[in-house]
Amino acid sequence: MISFIIYKFIVCAVVFGLSLGVAAYATLWERKFAAFLQDRVGPDRAGWHGILQPLADGGKMFFKEEIVPNLSNRFLFILGPSLFMMTALMTGAVIPWGADFTMDGKVYSAQITDINIGVLYLFGVVSVGVYGIMIGGWASNNKFALLGAIRASSQMISYEIAMGISVIALVITSGGTLSLREIVGQQDAGVANIVWQPLGFLIFFICALAETNRAPFDLPECESELVGGYHTEYSSMKLGLFLFAEYINMFISSAIMSAFYFGGFNFPFAQELYNAMGLEAGSFWITLIGFGAFFTKIFIFICVFMWVRWTLPRFRYDQLMNLGWKILIPLSLLNLALTVVVEFLRGHIQF
Amino acid sequence: MAIQLTNRSKVVSNKEQSFSERLYLPAIVKGMLITFSHLFKKTPTVRYPDQLRSRAGIYRGQHVLKRDENGAERCTACGMCAVACPAEAITMENGERKKGEEHLYREEKYATKYEINMLRCIFCGLCEEACPKEAIFLTDRIVDAEYERDTFVYGKDKLVEKIDKRIDVSIRETKEVAEFKKIPGLKHNELFDNSKQLKKGKH
Repeated sequence: MISFIIYKFIVCAVVFGLSLGVAAYATLWERKFAAFLQDRVGPDRAGWHGILQPLADGGKMFFKEEIVPNLSNRFLFILGPSLFMMTALMTGAVIPWGADFTMDGKVYSAQITDINIGVLYLFGVVSVGVYGIMIGGWASNNKFALLGAIRASSQMISYEIAMGISVIALVITSGGTLSLREIVGQQDAGVANIVWQPLGFLIFFICALAETNRAPFDLPECESELVGGYHTEYSSMKLGLFLFAEYINMFISSAIMSAFYFGGFNFPFAQELYNAMGLEAGSFWITLIGFGAFFTKIFIFICVFMWVRWTLPRFRYDQLMNLGWKILIPLSLLNLALTVVVEFLRGHIQF
Repeated sequence: MAIQLTNRSKVVSNKEQSFSERLYLPAIVKGMLITFSHLFKKTPTVRYPDQLRSRAGIYRGQHVLKRDENGAERCTACGMCAVACPAEAITMENGERKKGEEHLYREEKYATKYEINMLRCIFCGLCEEACPKEAIFLTDRIVDAEYERDTFVYGKDKLVEKIDKRIDVSIRETKEVAEFKKIPGLKHNELFDNSKQLKKGKH
């Protein structure tokens, strides 16, 4: 029992550290990648090719003055970014980071917890994440922040619907299981879900862009229209929490997309590779290699997120709402209907 | 149809979007491929101060008040540069050369105080063109940044070149001037010989 608790603590700490570390270096990679796409060189003065830049940015955030507006609601002002950060980190609890491994005869899973309603948990936590932005915008006592918060929250709840329906289609393809480990496990036996759900993947990707408030859906935080949107009045560490939580959201969205549609920690010819390396099932090395493959997919997705950001112009608010409600929801319903027909023809479901 | 005076008008297209244009996805993918291609292009970034950008040969930077072959200052405080300067950056005070200072100053009148306000100066080079004594030139040195505004007024200590460290301004001499200097018989082109005056005892 004690060792179980200790092990879970270790996994929690590792996932927490991983999320924060990836978010920190995602800030640097965003700037470097954006620079490469724009024919220039990103930050490269701090350390070798700028590798110490996140440390400098973090230090700058720490040394700045914490300003709380006079007429704002103090409790809510501090609660907003904290809530946003908490929900961003909580989503990392159900993602399968690697295969199970055995050590001293006991089986350990490389996942904080594998609840059998993993997908539902994910959507629940993402919905609560909207509260963080709303509270932050309201508590700032600033009209522009409020407008930004309203736009952000309406955008997030609109795109959650299309995301949910496209994931229902994925769940039907995976045989009705909501547990993420089983969804990933089934892709080991067959082909990756992208083959069965191309339209679903496209809808999920667009909705993930909207959920993480990233371009071209970054109207809530653009500077040309809303000064800073919901984080106008924030400074120092609370602003740091907002920005960091956005990058953690991006990281987790990439992880979810890789797990759902691209097979998570599986990759083609994995078993041949393990046999050639002489690793038997349950070895820790298999877990590590699987984690490496998963991380590569996550990295590619993060690059695609940034690639889209620096290619497309921003959506106007009415265009955004139009896309979410009038185009993506019918498309995801169509995807659901098509999925049911295909699964019936495959013989997986009976009427 | 209205009367057209010229045939330069362009008819604006009012076509409806085709299906693939309304999808936006093909256009988005095309745009993303263009952005992707920029990953493999060379960056024109110059990593200052490790790398310096090369400057043109006739770059106009900080001024220099030149001396002649004998080491005497050429400037005679005639004021042509001050008049030519569009930014009114040059000021000077003149003085008479005393006996015993013939090796310091070329002619009887010289500039006791010569100041250029580097904040006003626009580095146009009109002073260099106006000078009849070939005294002031612009070199390719960059004027340093300073902390106080007053320190930007450069006096003779910063402008006159040192006797042992001459600055080469031959690149600023145009072809026409070089040709003109070869014409014999013009008193302007005779080499100025200080020794005759010294022997006669005049100053």
